[in-house]
Amino acid sequence: MASITLTSVKKTYHGNVTAIHGLDLSIEDGEFVVLVGPSGCGKSTLLRMIAGLETITTGEVRIGNTVVNRLEPAERDIAMVFQNYALYPHMSVRGNLEYGLKNRGTPRPEIDRRVLEAARILEIEPFLDRKPRQLSGGQRQRVAMGRAIVRQPKAFLFDEPLSNLDAKLRGQMRVEIRRLQRTLGTTSVYVTHDQLEAMTLADKLVVMNAGVIEQIGRPLDIYADPQSLFVAAFMGSPGMNLVDIERLRGLVADLPASIPSGTGTIGIRPEDIALDEPATPHFTISATLEAVELVGSESLIYANAQGLSEDVVLRSQGIHRGNPGDPLTLHIRHEVLHSFLRETGRKAAA
Amino acid sequence: METKRTVFPNKVLPYLFVAPQLIITLVFFIWPATQAVKSSFERADPFGFSTQFVGLTHYIRLFQDPLYLNSIGRTVMFAIAVTAISMGLALLFAAAVSRLIRSSQFYTTLLVWPYAVAPVVAGILWWFLFNSSTGILAYMLRYFGVIWNANLNGTHAMILIIAAAAWKQISYNFLFFLAGMQSVPHSLTEAAAIDGAGPFKRFWTIVFPLLSPTTFFLFIININYVMFDTFGIIAATTNGGPNQATNILVYKVYSDGFIGLNIGSSSAQSVVLMLFVIALTFIQFRYVERRVNY
Ligand SMILES: Nc1ncnc2c1ncn2[C@@H]1O[C@H](COP(=O)(O)OP(=O)(O)OP(=O)(O)O)[C@@H](O)[C@H]1O
Ligand SMILES: [Mg+2]
Repeated sequence: MASITLTSVKKTYHGNVTAIHGLDLSIEDGEFVVLVGPSGCGKSTLLRMIAGLETITTGEVRIGNTVVNRLEPAERDIAMVFQNYALYPHMSVRGNLEYGLKNRGTPRPEIDRRVLEAARILEIEPFLDRKPRQLSGGQRQRVAMGRAIVRQPKAFLFDEPLSNLDAKLRGQMRVEIRRLQRTLGTTSVYVTHDQLEAMTLADKLVVMNAGVIEQIGRPLDIYADPQSLFVAAFMGSPGMNLVDIERLRGLVADLPASIPSGTGTIGIRPEDIALDEPATPHFTISATLEAVELVGSESLIYANAQGLSEDVVLRSQGIHRGNPGDPLTLHIRHEVLHSFLRETGRKAAA
Repeated sequence: METKRTVFPNKVLPYLFVAPQLIITLVFFIWPATQAVKSSFERADPFGFSTQFVGLTHYIRLFQDPLYLNSIGRTVMFAIAVTAISMGLALLFAAAVSRLIRSSQFYTTLLVWPYAVAPVVAGILWWFLFNSSTGILAYMLRYFGVIWNANLNGTHAMILIIAAAAWKQISYNFLFFLAGMQSVPHSLTEAAAIDGAGPFKRFWTIVFPLLSPTTFFLFIININYVMFDTFGIIAATTNGGPNQATNILVYKVYSDGFIGLNIGSSSAQSVVLMLFVIALTFIQFRYVERRVNY
């Protein structure tokens, strides 16, 4: 087990496409780090550079105390779980699990012991002699996990390992991966664009955009206190409501004085907008109901306020019964406002 | 999927459309084949006026004839050598080209060229290269103390036709191997690299096993090629000589029948070859589809 440190890492493909623009990241020993970001932001590229499947254009990657830039994937002693699992189709499940150990010259009894143990942990013992094509998607996923854990590597790298599973199975595997990582204590880097996976798995969440890191932090801290417009809009489902401050001023006379100067955009989480009047200081916006999405335990209400360019989304517990055109009064407490600078889109200092 | 059916108003027209193909097949394949089967059971008098049914005599004589048994031996040697060399080199080239990123198209084009060369021309080409008085390869071999003469030395003649036949077939094998390798998902070799396998190990334990359907298919195709399509190469170079050294089965059918004028024996030989190709085709249809080991 080991820490992973990236220093000024940059990746340029074939001289013109720059996928990663000089990035610093340090991952502690045993930490579970999740990389999230929109498609094409360079998550896989970063992971593959750590794995050694992509060259590092400039900068330095360390695993433990070793600079691994020039090491082959095999020499880095990491394991990777691929999105399509990449199981060897001509080998049995046992063969898949053994392959990496055999290549490293592990003695036979040790191989058998580790394979059986991994199979037991992942509950794939009954399938050991089947070929991958004779397994369901979820079982294949487990075998892919098994192939990673039998090697007892310094780190696990996951590239969207659950995205080929259905929602329910994804939830199960998510919990299981978390539990497994806790038990083994192996440093893990996990790429996803699933909000839920990002929030629930990460010790440390890294939000990426266009080849740079937007914010690093604990998941709830990032959710509660996004440092940029991008993070505010990206994290959460639906994301934060972002309203131009001038339009808001046109609508609300009593905006709090605490809004920092230079603010261009105000952000409000959907769950921070209330339909009932709160006790704490707040302001109100009059709007009309556009649509309601019933998600079961909660409702997503889309409201249109005269003068705002986009609908405001709010989340309310239970089932909201209302029809399009109904008048609504939106109550927004002063303390839930997020202010972002007009110039840079970064969070405005209070 | 529902296939589209065209209904012809005229009952005769569809038959007219397929007639050219049917006629060609009948005249050039079915009819000669039945003639061959028929005459393999007959003996004709020297002038061809009368024939006499002799049963399996030709077949029995064939398998007692040392020249025929020699020819079988030569054919087996030729077939093994050509198949092994052309498939081995093609695999090597395909592995090399599939590692390239930018210039792979260029090499693929160059490597496919020999396929466009007719067997006769391929034969002549190599005959020139190995010509004992003017050939560049024969000249170079002299430096190694080899006095090359494919006209006198049976081994030399065999090497000559093996080189010509293998050279021509590399292109075909190369294309199939390359396509096969490109269809092996990249993530498999990446996973193997992470699992500690070096380039050679990755090739032999991941890529090559996944190529096995292609390899088996090519094996059948190559045997077929060596047994039949190499006729032109031999006709253009050694004519089966020197001293029967390169008289492989398909050439012997021709030389016994059209030069030796022993129609009965020649027919029996061609029937034997026909049975062989039927067996190969059967194996191909039966197993190529199923020989997928994953
Ligand atoms: N082999 C390559 N050659 C050139 N450009 C590439 C290559 N691989 C990726 N890129 C580019 O690098 C950028 C980052 O790609 P990457 O695959 O890392 O994105 P990602 O964040 O993993 O996206 P996704 O969530 O869709 O998987 C993209 O703009 C992509 O087009
Ligand atoms: Mg990706």
